[in-house]
Amino acid sequence: MWEQIRANKRKSAVLIVAMALLLVVFGAVMGEALAPGGGWMLGLMAATALWFVMTMVSYFQGGKILMAASGARRIQKKDHPQLFNIVEEMQIAAGMKSMPAVYIIDDLSPNAFATGRDPDHAAVAVTKGLLAKLNRDQLQGVIAHEMSHIVNRDVLFMTLIGVMLGAIVMVSQVALRGMFYGGGRVRRSRSSSRGGGGQAQAIMMVLALLMAILAPILARIIYFAASRRREYLADANAAALTRYPEGLAQALEIIGGDARPMARANQAIAPMYIHNPMQLAASSAFSTHPPIAERVRILRGLTSGASLADYEQSWRRVAGESADTLPASALAGAAAVPLREAHADSARTPDAKARLRQVGDALRMLDGFLFIPCACGLRLKLPPDFTGHTVECPRCHRRHSVDEARQAQA
Amino acid sequence: MTPIYIVAGLALVAAVAVIAIYNSLVRLKNHVENAWSQIDVQLKRRHDLIPNLVETVKGYMNHERETLEAVTRARGAAAAASGVQNQAAAENALGGALGRFFVAVEKYPDLKASQNFLALQEELASTENKIGFARQFYNDSVMRLNTKVQMFPSNLVAGVFRFNRAEFFEIDDAAARSAPEVKV
Repeated sequence: MWEQIRANKRKSAVLIVAMALLLVVFGAVMGEALAPGGGWMLGLMAATALWFVMTMVSYFQGGKILMAASGARRIQKKDHPQLFNIVEEMQIAAGMKSMPAVYIIDDLSPNAFATGRDPDHAAVAVTKGLLAKLNRDQLQGVIAHEMSHIVNRDVLFMTLIGVMLGAIVMVSQVALRGMFYGGGRVRRSRSSSRGGGGQAQAIMMVLALLMAILAPILARIIYFAASRRREYLADANAAALTRYPEGLAQALEIIGGDARPMARANQAIAPMYIHNPMQLAASSAFSTHPPIAERVRILRGLTSGASLADYEQSWRRVAGESADTLPASALAGAAAVPLREAHADSARTPDAKARLRQVGDALRMLDGFLFIPCACGLRLKLPPDFTGHTVECPRCHRRHSVDEARQAQA
Repeated sequence: MTPIYIVAGLALVAAVAVIAIYNSLVRLKNHVENAWSQIDVQLKRRHDLIPNLVETVKGYMNHERETLEAVTRARGAAAAASGVQNQAAAENALGGALGRFFVAVEKYPDLKASQNFLALQEELASTENKIGFARQFYNDSVMRLNTKVQMFPSNLVAGVFRFNRAEFFEIDDAAARSAPEVKV
């Protein structure tokens, strides 16, 4: 896996430089178009400064911002032992030194994502819907996929490149507006004072206009293409980590079969999720993720082993062509990786409804709800702003003391 | 004059290559050691959970005295074992005993419904998984180190600085391999 991370780093560096060049050239052209004769310098500096500030903020605060933007809540082991245990299992399997922070998103759409600039500053978030719909093996597959993103430094890469995409979009919007309101005035005054300069500037204007439209699109295509390749790689690593590709395949089917879009998704974080939460069209240059059916077929094609070489083979069979999904150095010299059986306890209850209730309770606990178990079997759940001193059980009409229960829970 | 430069240049390249190989060997060896300590942590965790488990189920499982005693005995043996091979064997035996225990649990619906037992069972099942994954990572690390120690030209550096091949944490018995899976 380390060879593969190194190969990834080289490719990432090339892509990041390409994006940075695009941004800088774009900034310069904009500056020149808006203020001819030296404006390119200003535009270049403005674009670079914008990129620098955004990169710094996202590098050091990106994880927290993403978590806050998606409404994720941090949990501890006692809140959801199984999820916590599965993350710990995958941390061990991947040989990561520190345990990532675990978050739950209060959303019924099944999805998951990971953030963090390196494995020591990582976090994984899963939605309530995912916890409800998946059994242990399936959840393990999803977590393994997310942890692979962290170990492969995909998160860092996608953050850096996503920030550049954001900067390019911002510059293009500022420029387009500038052209409508300010640019015209500048051009008129210039063209009247200097005959030949007007034509050169008109060309610059057209170029700038073209770039303002094309640069964000080009940047998006780079961004999303990189994102799709990394999804395959993360699937391959997840299979190798869990030795059970069927778990992830089933999970993807369940996630893909759910048409519910996420309530608080936005385009910038879309590539971070295991499945695009925005539900774009099936497959195009603008998809952040490869089509789910294809990912499932590749995973199901892993019948003889779960190594990266096996995945590459299955990928070829399904996609019918050879592409550089995985670096050759990662494939050479790898031993056979045996598959394992499903966990017996994955087939058993609790069913989706019970699991959903369990996650809901964990979230309520985090919100400071008070739980009072009644002798009739009912569990009373009081919101934190409940003011009464006693409460009556709606089923058996027993009275419970709220103050005593509050003391007991504390 | 030129030959001196060529020789000096070659020596420099060779020195850099040796340093690079030496460093990568050290890194691989550290990976193996870290991986082993991770297995150790999880095995200890399992040893700590078992008395708890036996205590919890004793009241329910009156007719399974033997199964419980087998688990306790296997735990004692595993805790006392030393060396990679011995420990692997003892831990496999413990895994087998636990597997039989969880089969026996099937006969006690009250026990299976107990919150306390369910929490313990998740802990134990997850610890089994963690042992498995730690072993998987350990064996992967050992394989990488051994390949490096054996392959040319890193084998020359490994020979001079006495880097040895590491032992795999094997499970020979196919039955022992499947037994630790908790069946409830």
